[in-house]
This record gives sequence, structure tokens and C-alpha cells, in this order.
Amino acid sequence: MDKRVTFANLWLASALIAPQLLLVFIFFYWPASQAVYWAFTTQPPFGGSNEWIGFDNFKQIFTDRVYWNSVSVSIIFSVLTTTLSLAIGLMMALLVDRRLKGYSVYRFLYFWPYAIAAPAVGLAFRFIFAPEAGFLSAINAFYPNLWNPALKGGDALALLVFANSWKMGAYNFIFFLAGLQSIPRSLIEAAALDGASVVRRARDIQLPLLAPTFFFLLMVNITESFVDSFGIVDITTGGGPARATDIMVYKIFSDGFKGLDYSMAAAQSIVLMFLVISLTFIQFRFVERRIHYT
Amino acid sequence: MKRPNLASVALLTLLSASAAQAQSKVKFEFWHGLTAQLGDVMEGHCKRFNDSQSKFEAVCIGQGGYDKAEQNTIAAYRSKQQPTLVQIYDAGTVNFMLSGAIYPANQFVKDFNIKTDWSDYFPGIANYYATSKGDMWSFPYNSSTALMYWNKDAWAKIGKTKAPETIEEWFSDLRKMKAAGMECGFAFDYDTWMPLEQFSAIHNIPVATKSNGYDGMDAELVFNKTKFVDYMKDWKKLLDEKVARIQTAQTGKTKNQAFADGTCASMLSSVADHGVIGATAVPGMKWGVAMLPVYEGFKRQNSLVGGASIWIMQGKSKEEYEAAAAYLDFLAKADEALWFSTVTGYIPVRNSGFEFLKSNKFYEDAKYAGRELAIASLTATPTSGNSRGIRLGNFTQIRAEIRAELEAAFTGTKDMQTALNDAADRSNQILRRFEQTFKGKSLP
Repeated sequence: MDKRVTFANLWLASALIAPQLLLVFIFFYWPASQAVYWAFTTQPPFGGSNEWIGFDNFKQIFTDRVYWNSVSVSIIFSVLTTTLSLAIGLMMALLVDRRLKGYSVYRFLYFWPYAIAAPAVGLAFRFIFAPEAGFLSAINAFYPNLWNPALKGGDALALLVFANSWKMGAYNFIFFLAGLQSIPRSLIEAAALDGASVVRRARDIQLPLLAPTFFFLLMVNITESFVDSFGIVDITTGGGPARATDIMVYKIFSDGFKGLDYSMAAAQSIVLMFLVISLTFIQFRFVERRIHYT
Repeated sequence: MKRPNLASVALLTLLSASAAQAQSKVKFEFWHGLTAQLGDVMEGHCKRFNDSQSKFEAVCIGQGGYDKAEQNTIAAYRSKQQPTLVQIYDAGTVNFMLSGAIYPANQFVKDFNIKTDWSDYFPGIANYYATSKGDMWSFPYNSSTALMYWNKDAWAKIGKTKAPETIEEWFSDLRKMKAAGMECGFAFDYDTWMPLEQFSAIHNIPVATKSNGYDGMDAELVFNKTKFVDYMKDWKKLLDEKVARIQTAQTGKTKNQAFADGTCASMLSSVADHGVIGATAVPGMKWGVAMLPVYEGFKRQNSLVGGASIWIMQGKSKEEYEAAAAYLDFLAKADEALWFSTVTGYIPVRNSGFEFLKSNKFYEDAKYAGRELAIASLTATPTSGNSRGIRLGNFTQIRAEIRAELEAAFTGTKDMQTALNDAADRSNQILRRFEQTFKGKSLP
């Protein structure tokens, strides 16, 4: 049986949600509809004479190998960042949840990275990992050119993954910790009395009960890594070297704002939007089914 | 009793009059694209103007970079918030010419009676910004060209006191220096301005057909078939021999920093950096500038002007235009050219300014010595179709394409010729795309 809450007074209900709807309309639907319009036309930088060209923008995108490169870079980046940041967040949350000595300090400190603006994170990581002057340049002294994100695409991508996971790990940590703390202590204590080890308790009780949190974070992290990592890329690598870190959002930025080709950028953002929507759809359709909410 | 009263009344009237005058000053906005120390100089120019007269007030607003100045002006124009004057870099010239959003400078000086002798501008500078009919639509402002910076101490190690004049000589010097213990002879980054644009100009070879785009929007890039390819292959060789190094912000030090701290013995950069290098070079380091070297068998052509020009935007009030006219008039003064060249490395854009600097013995001061080479390099010959400038649509993105392919080639993931072919293909797509966006329009 579905329980539904209904409002008898529809006017009041509409009035209450109106401000929110207005915000969504102004900041999402309206710009999105503009982007759709631009995606099917050619828009000169200073505005004016839009010319309808149908799917030509999309045709040009999909036949462009540089675009496909940015799609694959984005996917690799997303998979690695999501995995790493979820792992970091979960690991730290499990440790803090055990209430080891000084855990309240850790709980306080681990959240900080998320409060730092992405460009600042990018700048810090760029300095730390600079191959000649950075903290990590010491390893190049042992084995020259082992680490060089300025010249090696793989290193540059790894640098971005580290930077973004460091930041997102903090966010995941808070959610995982909240999830862990809502698990009834009695379950864990009962398991402990039955002789289950720490690892066993985590595997059989805590992790399954964390599934809803995990699912939520999975979605947020994937979406975040696709649409929100611009700040870090711009400061840290600028999409290079040789487009090794040219993720989709960054390509949209450089085509649109540097290249002033608004139509091409609009078409790419439409593609990105559908990609993120379909990823979310797939997750709800196939992953969420396996999750039991308590 | 009456006298003091009168006096105080008179004083009051005076005070309120000057207060009213301060309020009635005509303000106009000038957006500039320079940052850090050069950004301060822009503000300084406005301040000097505001202090020099009491009728107008220039409000100078830095936009945080050349590209952002262009982006922001476009966004502002679309929402009718544009400034009266804006500083737009060389690569943005085409967009502004085709925009329909600007007040052409030649028309402006007529409408607002600014005395302007266009022929006073160095032809190499004026030609770069002029329309195909030779009309000036913007005012050349901060201008520079590329020079070679060389470390005299490093060259002394191989017993030389003069900068190399040919590329062959330069490369052989670098290899000798390496043998003499200089770890890094030459620092470069992926900027295309020096190796592609300036190199092609001084060797009188094309970057693109149709006089590098000046003769029509249907130009095609041909840099993958010229001496430029050999030049890049030679750079790659130097890199492989560890004679040269790539120095970018990502590696930890830019090429300017690597030169200034004595790590690398030479680099190619804008004369605009002359002041910064002078201020940041390690104490006691002897260094100088020279004209860019050319390959043997080539006759030196003039180099290209870089920098920015000032555009006047449409849709402002008559009062704002009058204020802007006064500002442009002020910038043209010889005193201002001297001040500007003193606090930056930029060169005077007018012959009269250059003469004024010379008569003030500017170039004899050790601090500024060598900067006259920039003028010599710019005016080495009359401009040809290959050395007038580059007028290609969306040139910012073309630079980015070439840069990305150069990165691939220098890091060894692609062969140089293949990389440059790919860059040319991609760049031509950008040009065709630009034509599509501006369908039915042609360059003025």
C-alpha cells in the first residue's frame, strides 16, 4: 500500500513551492533551453544573426577525434576519482567510527579539504607535485623523469585524480560517518559478543547497512567528476599535456569561452547533460534495485 | 563684522562649487587585460590622466587577462553593459572587426576631433591592426615584439661576447656550452608566438595562405610545409640531447624564471618581459637581448608586433565618448610614451614617441639598453604579405591546437611532422567553422 500525503489546499501548496520552482526555472530550464537553441544554430560571439543548421553542430562534434578523446579522458577520470574518493572516505569513516584515541580531532580535520575551493586545491597540488621544484621532485632525483605531469599525460591525469579525490574524499567521509553512526550499536555489539573481528563486522554488518549512503555518494561523485571538476583542471594542467587531461567540461569551456564558439560549446553541453542524465538513470534502474533502505 | 562673513560665504561657495565639479566629472570605463605589475601600470595610466585634468574621470578595470577582457566585453555587450574603451589583444582583432559592436577609430577621431597622425605609427604596428583598406579601427597601445634573451656569463664560458645571429650559430653555441658544463642552454615552452608566428615573419615564410588571412576568410594554414617544421625538429633534437629544456608553470619554473635565475642560458620572449627579467635576475648576472636569430640563407624580415590595441565600443553616450577621446588624446602624448616605456618593457608605438625617448637618452640607461633592438627588429624591412601579421578567425583556438600537438611531439608521443600535419588539419577545420559562424560576412 502506498501512503501518500495530499494537500487539500492546492493554492497554498503551489505558493509554497513557487519560489523553488522559479529558481529552478531561472537557473536551470531557461539557460538549458538557450543552450538547446544555440546547439542547433550558429551563434556569432557578439550575438545577433543565429542561423539554423540542424544537427550540423552535433555531426561536427561526433566526427571529431579530439572530442572522443575528451570523452574517454572524462570516463577514465570519473571512474578513477570516484573509486579512489569513495575508498578514502569509507576507510577514514570506518577508522573514525571506531572511536580510537583522538577521533574527534580527526573527525573535525578530515572534512576540511572539501571546504577548500577547487582552484586552491589545484594550485596546491600543482606546487606539491611540480616535477622540478615540488615536494615530489625528490623522487626524480633517484630516477630522473619518473614523475613529470608537465610532460607525461598519465602523470598529469593521475595528479588530477589525486587532487579531486583528496577533496571529494572529505565529502564522502562525512556522509559515510553519518551513515555508520546511524547503525544501531546493539548490532555491532552483538556481533562482537559472537566473536566477529573488526574486519568481519565491517564486512557483514556495517557495509551492507551503508548501501543507501554508498549509492547516494556514487551518484554524487560520478556527476561531480563529470560536470564540476573544471576548477582543478584549469589551474593544475590546463587540459594538457597534449590533451591528456582535456575532460569534457574543460573542452566546453575552452571551445566556448576561449574559442568564442558558443554553439559548439552549447552542443557539447547538451551531450554532456544527456550523458549524466543517462548515467543517473542507469544507476537508479539497475543499482538502486539491489539496495534495501532500512 | 561683515568682512569675515563675506569671506566665509565666498569660501563656502568655492567649496561647494568644487564639490559639485567633482560630482559632475564625466566618467567612462576602460577595461584592460593586463595583470600583476603590468595591471598596476594600466591603473597608473588612468590615475595620471585623472590627475592631469578635472573634467573627466577614467575608471580602469582589470579583467584578469587578455582572453578574459575579450570574453567579458562580449558578455557585457550582449547585456548592454559594455565599457567605452577596451584593450583587446592582437589575436582578438578579427572578432572585433567582424563584431558590428565597435566604433571604428578612424571615424571616432573625425567625429570627436582628436588630432591623429596615423602615419606617425610605425608601419609594422599600424599595418598589423589596419583593415584591408588600410583604415585604422583601433588604437595600437601596448606593443612589443620577440627578442632573444641571452646570458652573457654563459656565453663567456665558450669565449664569446656576442649573441649569435644565425640559428646554426646559436645551436652550435648551445652544444659547446653543454660541453663546457652549462646544463641548460635554452628554455622554451609551448607558446607558438615565438617559434611559429615570429619565426615565420622574420624568415618571410607564410603561416597561412592569403597573406596569413589578411586577404580573405578562406585562408588555409600551411605552416606544416615550411621551414618551421625543420625549426621544430631542431628544437626536438636539442631537447633530446638535453641541451634545451621545457620550462612551464607545470614543471615548476617558467622559461622566464629559469632564465632569470641563471639555470638556462637563453630563451625567446617578448621585449615586454625586459623589465621583469631586469628586476628578477640574480644579482650580478650579466645578460642581454638580441634580435631573434635567422637560419643561414634567409634574409631577415621585420618581426611581428604583439600586444594589444584599444577599441571603442558602440552604444555609449556623447559625454562618455568625449571623455574617452580626451583619454586617447592623453595617451598619445610623448611624455606618456616615455613613462609607459620606463615602467614596462613595451615599446613606443609612434615614431615621435621613439624620437622623444631617444632624445631623453632613454636607451643609454643600462636598465633599458637593448630595448631599441625591438624597434630595429620591427622595422627591419617594410612588411610583406608574410610579415604583416596574422589575421585568422579564432586564432586563439588555432594556437591551442598547435600547442597541444607540439606538446605531443616534444614529449615524444608523436613524430613532429605528423603532429604538425594534424595541427594544420585541425586548425583548418577551425577556420572553416569560423567561416560558417560568420557566414555572409567578410573582413573589412
